[in-house]
Amino acid sequence: MSRHAAAYIVGAYEHPLRNAPDTSVAQLHAEVAAGALADAGLTKEDIDGFFCGPDAPGTGPLSLADYMNLNLRHVDTTNTSGSSYLIHVAHAAQAIAAGKCNVALITLAGRPRQEGKSKGALKRQDNPNQPDFEWENPFGIQILGVYGMVAQRHMHRYGTTAEQMAWVKVAASHHAQFNPHAMLRDPVTVEDVVNSPLVADPLHRLDCCIVTDGGGALIVTRPEIAKSLKRPRVKVVGCGEAPMGQAGGYFEITDTAAQKSGAAAYAEANVKPSDIKYVSLYDSFTITAMLQIEDLGFCEKGAVGRFVEDGNLISGRGRLPFNTDGGGLCNNHPVNRGGMTKALEAVRQIRGEAHPSVQVPNCDLALANAIGGQLGVRHASSTLILERG
Amino acid sequence: MSDYLNPEPVPAPDTTIFWEAAKQGRLLLKQCRNCGKPHWYPRQLCPFCFSVDTDWIEASGKGEIYSFCYMRKAAAPYVLAYVTLAEGPTMMTNIVDADIGSLYTGQKVEVDFRKSVGEWSVPLFRPSGPGSL
Ligand SMILES: [Zn+2]
Repeated sequence: MSRHAAAYIVGAYEHPLRNAPDTSVAQLHAEVAAGALADAGLTKEDIDGFFCGPDAPGTGPLSLADYMNLNLRHVDTTNTSGSSYLIHVAHAAQAIAAGKCNVALITLAGRPRQEGKSKGALKRQDNPNQPDFEWENPFGIQILGVYGMVAQRHMHRYGTTAEQMAWVKVAASHHAQFNPHAMLRDPVTVEDVVNSPLVADPLHRLDCCIVTDGGGALIVTRPEIAKSLKRPRVKVVGCGEAPMGQAGGYFEITDTAAQKSGAAAYAEANVKPSDIKYVSLYDSFTITAMLQIEDLGFCEKGAVGRFVEDGNLISGRGRLPFNTDGGGLCNNHPVNRGGMTKALEAVRQIRGEAHPSVQVPNCDLALANAIGGQLGVRHASSTLILERG
Repeated sequence: MSDYLNPEPVPAPDTTIFWEAAKQGRLLLKQCRNCGKPHWYPRQLCPFCFSVDTDWIEASGKGEIYSFCYMRKAAAPYVLAYVTLAEGPTMMTNIVDADIGSLYTGQKVEVDFRKSVGEWSVPLFRPSGPGSL
């Protein structure tokens, strides 16, 4: 089956560092850009579109575009936190289709570990002018706390258990042992997870992602250019994006905007969940990945606890191989923004370039999903469906 | 958890009335005169029908726990929670004076105003039946 696509991902690069004491943020962006260009077989002079998020220091794209001395005719700094980078792929495809650019560079980079932002109890970076600040800050809102409430409510509504949540980390850690760059390479058991200290009940320490320095980059281009390059081709066949908030006080925190972004991407690609061979899911916490599994239609709502048990997310063993790089739970979670690394491993899987121990056989259709912001408060989901070809 | 002091609210120009009422132990809500629905958090424009015709009403102060999380790593641990008010909307708050181990979703709670670190009072909730301390 061959689908029309306006754009291809032709370059992908993940920075090998997880601690970057000696590299500036701007240099990290430049290094991942150079890495993705080399991967694609393109040069800096080919870039005419630049997409970045607020991890790019300076006003929007301006400082980095100047630092890298890019010659641009299209820029986009859409910010939906960690889901931005999948939206950037979608917006790059749209800009390419509209003739606004030919070769789009997307970068993410930073060094939160050096800047003391790797603590689990990280406070939100809020502005008192944001209208919700007044109604949340006085109650000590923290990322851990809202995800703890999401997990608590899912347990209450559906009977999900800590042991079931632990299976997500077990699968990620199984994959990470094969990734030489992964920050945490030791496989863990369900017992290891549920016996790790509670940090924000019911979340245990091993339910939580890592925080890393580094970053990644993608190059998106039009079909004619993609076909002139030597790398295996990765076609962008479906995209979706959707925000979700508290809806005036009538909301369900176990629902995610992946219900909408996923439906849009499936419709555009004209595929269904059972067609997907590999999935990258944003795993800021184990529960985050679980809600995406439900809302992207891989199981019934409320059934994800049973779905993830017994290694069902482990490549070569389960029905839904996920985050074969080790994900944000074990491999890499640069700048607390997981969307980029979700796309990078999906690209590797489609190219057949994942580690042989975790490569999904004949992986011709993959889905990458990211959640940005915070579930349970305000977030945006973005979905990409990628096809070989 | 009784050592926790809530960060000071920063009232907006159109919400000072809420925080003044909170000092007097009254929980206010915004309700739309056009569509009749109360909402949270308070806005001048109804988030359902976009009418500007919204009123402050006094809430009963009764509700039930929607979800909660015990923030045990904080210097002074506390319970972050959502409480669904009897009037309908769900608001973020803290649960106080509770036996942490027996908290549950659906538990009946009632409002209890506590002083913040500064000059204001904030609407927290405590179990209204079994489970309170
Ligand atoms: Zn209304």
